[in-house]
Amino acid sequence: MIHDLAVIGGGPAGVAGALTAALAGLRVVLLDGGPRLGGQYFRHAHGAEPEPRFARQSHALRQRAEVLLKHQVWAVSREDDAFTVHAHGTARAEVRARRVLIATGAHDRPLPFPGWDLPGVLTAGGAQALLKGERVPAGRRIAVAGTGPFLLPVAAGLARAGAEVAGVFEASGGLGLARHPVMALGKAGEAAGYAWALAARRVPYRRNHAVIAAHGEHELRAVTVARLDRDWNVLGTEELECDALAVGYGFVPQIELAVQLGCLTRQDADGTPVVDVDARQRTSVPGVWAAGEPTGVGGWELSETEGRIAGLALAGAGEVPGLLLRRRARLRAFAAALQGAYPVRPGWQSWLTPDTLICRCEEVPLARVREAQELGATDARSIKLLARPGMGWCQGRMCGYALACLAGEPQQPPRRPIAQPISLGALAEPPQKEH
Amino acid sequence: MERFDISVDGRAVPAEPGQTIGAALHAAGVRSWRSTRFGGRPRGLFCGIGVCFDCLVEVNGRPAERACQLEARPGDEVSTS
Repeated sequence: MIHDLAVIGGGPAGVAGALTAALAGLRVVLLDGGPRLGGQYFRHAHGAEPEPRFARQSHALRQRAEVLLKHQVWAVSREDDAFTVHAHGTARAEVRARRVLIATGAHDRPLPFPGWDLPGVLTAGGAQALLKGERVPAGRRIAVAGTGPFLLPVAAGLARAGAEVAGVFEASGGLGLARHPVMALGKAGEAAGYAWALAARRVPYRRNHAVIAAHGEHELRAVTVARLDRDWNVLGTEELECDALAVGYGFVPQIELAVQLGCLTRQDADGTPVVDVDARQRTSVPGVWAAGEPTGVGGWELSETEGRIAGLALAGAGEVPGLLLRRRARLRAFAAALQGAYPVRPGWQSWLTPDTLICRCEEVPLARVREAQELGATDARSIKLLARPGMGWCQGRMCGYALACLAGEPQQPPRRPIAQPISLGALAEPPQKEH
Repeated sequence: MERFDISVDGRAVPAEPGQTIGAALHAAGVRSWRSTRFGGRPRGLFCGIGVCFDCLVEVNGRPAERACQLEARPGDEVSTS
């Protein structure tokens, strides 16, 4: 059977897009690598109910569409007039559809610093996933660091779960918690909730501060917290004992499937490569739509709105309701403002030492990156070929941004012919045709 | 389903139904379960969402499973290195 639409990703954008299209009569299949719908924002533990509205959407979707969970999509190919979505989970699977909606979300954007590979150091999203999806706090005494409004819910969640949050270290300056931009978008209640949760437990919130080193033999036991100038150069340091660190400097949209299909990309406000879409969420490739973080990081509400617009457009709606278009415009403006309010400043490079790992997978330290540059590798791609950063398991997902910064260029769209590492055995296996 | 045990290098570690191997290990205070190829550095959970591949672990004889993605099953045997 050929579906009308295959949706890749079961977060707010994917579920909204799939449900909207299914309600309009399309035969829809949705694939997600996780065991439950929700993506990152609506992640919930086994046996727990997700947020009520998302739960209703998920329930309605399951009644009207095929939902394939634990199906990790590693490639999408085009044959004749249909797409084949290649996934693997318990077995290899292929799904055929006339059109595709890419709603693959984003992952954390880490910055390297000495000791960032010590166990106990997690990305902010990783600590959040562990808490929300598994009910496990990352540690007993946890530091939260990085930049952006996402640090607040991470810290508040950990504090509410009974962990001691040793401090929230926001590298950017200028905006206190009370004047946080989240306040300005009718999100005052949400931000106040986090602020209250932190204040009630006397969790220090420090602007212009960052964790610039992690210490420990086999796992984390302390971090160095630095006071920063506006370019993130270090003004002074102190050591802070903690057994876990949740750290993140924004997000990287997962756009490799769109790039595989030849979709044009553009640079978002902060230089991040994102999929270029028109007013109806169509990419430059006929039959391929995109919604949510892959078109620009903006949070769950924007993702859901884009998903609904894509769903309507996919179902052939003549016009998308103005209400949705206005909401998307407002949320995109807000996302751009947030990116402007929380830029990554170049001073982080001064936190590195020659032996600081840039690439965790291939264990490439800064010294080898610099050596490659001295040998004449001027761009990130040449550095990668000479010194191997980004050639390991994660295919540059963790170090790609940092490496681009070190090379002094904007991050390039990812070129990964296989979006997820898959074993040769699984590749050789004949795929199961799903329905 | 009730809580159950998995075996980590022969030692019993409790897991909740639906919990991943990585979460069960982390909750039990086991935060490092492999050493890197070159530097022999300890590694465990990092990205937590299946992207970074730092948490690779051997489960029931299958090497290189992502601990943060693989759901724990009663009787699973996990080998750390």
